[in-house]
Amino acid sequence: MRRTVGALLRKELLVELRTFESVPGMSLFAVTTFVVFHFALNRSSVEGDLAAGILWVTLLFAAILGANRLFVADADQGGFDGFLLAPVDRSAMMVAKVLTMLAYLVVLELVAVPAFAILLLGPPLGPALPQLIAVLALGDIGIAVIGTLVGALAVQTRARDLLGPLLALPLLVPIVIGGARATAPLLAFSHAGGVPARWLLTLGLYDLIFGLIAYALFDFLLED
Amino acid sequence: MPALQLEGLARHYGEREALSDVSLTLQEGQTLVVFGPNGAGKSTLLRVLSTLLRPHAGRVQVLGCSLPDEAWSARGRLGLLGHEPLLYRELTARENLRYHASLHRVPQERVERVIEGVAMSGREDEPLRTLSRGMVQRVAIARAVLHEPELLLLDEPHSNLDPAGIELVSPLIGPASGRTRVICSHDPEAGLAGADLVLGLRSGRTALLLPAGEVTAGKIRELYR
Repeated sequence: MRRTVGALLRKELLVELRTFESVPGMSLFAVTTFVVFHFALNRSSVEGDLAAGILWVTLLFAAILGANRLFVADADQGGFDGFLLAPVDRSAMMVAKVLTMLAYLVVLELVAVPAFAILLLGPPLGPALPQLIAVLALGDIGIAVIGTLVGALAVQTRARDLLGPLLALPLLVPIVIGGARATAPLLAFSHAGGVPARWLLTLGLYDLIFGLIAYALFDFLLED
Repeated sequence: MPALQLEGLARHYGEREALSDVSLTLQEGQTLVVFGPNGAGKSTLLRVLSTLLRPHAGRVQVLGCSLPDEAWSARGRLGLLGHEPLLYRELTARENLRYHASLHRVPQERVERVIEGVAMSGREDEPLRTLSRGMVQRVAIARAVLHEPELLLLDEPHSNLDPAGIELVSPLIGPASGRTRVICSHDPEAGLAGADLVLGLRSGRTALLLPAGEVTAGKIRELYR
């Protein structure tokens, strides 16, 4: 399984490096959205709940762009069939796609979080950064798992560009709620109390449940 | 044990019957050539035999494995060359083949041998999107035989190949390969030349099933009228 996941992951990253179809688009979308918020809110800076909400909603929409592209090369170029013809565990593709999506999200956040800090955020980000990274990591796992599951389902339909976001958004709402609530104290001027544990637990539990659901369903999504 | 055994195979897409009541037996090392007009069910037959599609009725045994229950055991022992090359356009021929070699647990040295076998003329490190259709077909053939399958499922394998290319790939997918083969073709003369058994399909049903020696090119052409 590890070898198969490695081969799939290498292929995914090579294709993305050659095409730059997903990550630059996701990053540009996030930065543009921050600029739009900057002018639309008519405020030089935000903090607390509002800052957390803007950050998570922007990351979520940018992630959906990536999830929608995650299986396009496989569907359009026969990659699914090539994979299905090999005597390998179908779950390897799910694991590789989740890892690919996680890699996309990490790069996205490396661009988006500093841009957010420069364009919108009032309080300094430095002190909260280690805790923010932990919350983002938990959120990213959930987004990657759900994005992979929904991407695999949507890509097999004619209306994949529409169906992907429509399916993904309701499933990702708990992650936005958990992520925003956990992040809000970190982005406040007072920076009081640190990250609420219950929201971290909620995110972790949601990741676990959807990880198991994706593992159970993924084979059925690929097979005839 | 026969390489292929079909009894009453049926497959439909929604209401439309793509294959209905197809039965045949093909022994190991033999070649079955399938003829039929567009939409007759040839490609569907190959996809069922390759385990990519489930049969909806009938009994299908491929290399001794009953489909769909034992599809897992048959995969990796068969090579499919369909209309699509099943390759990534942004990757080079070598990268594509290395990827498939990893999936099939094939040593990377085999990739180099297969690249030599299809004579990529030094273009094996260029992205596939920059290659001609003939070159892509050569890479697709290399992919289909990379893991040395016992059964080859070939859908018009010579399409886009020039005469030199056809000669070049003959040791890999031709009679000399010694493999059991199922070939879909529209060329009666060329198809009959390498066939042991001939299946003619019309609207998903068997219109002709005879040993190759008993079939003439004229009889095949009648299928298309």
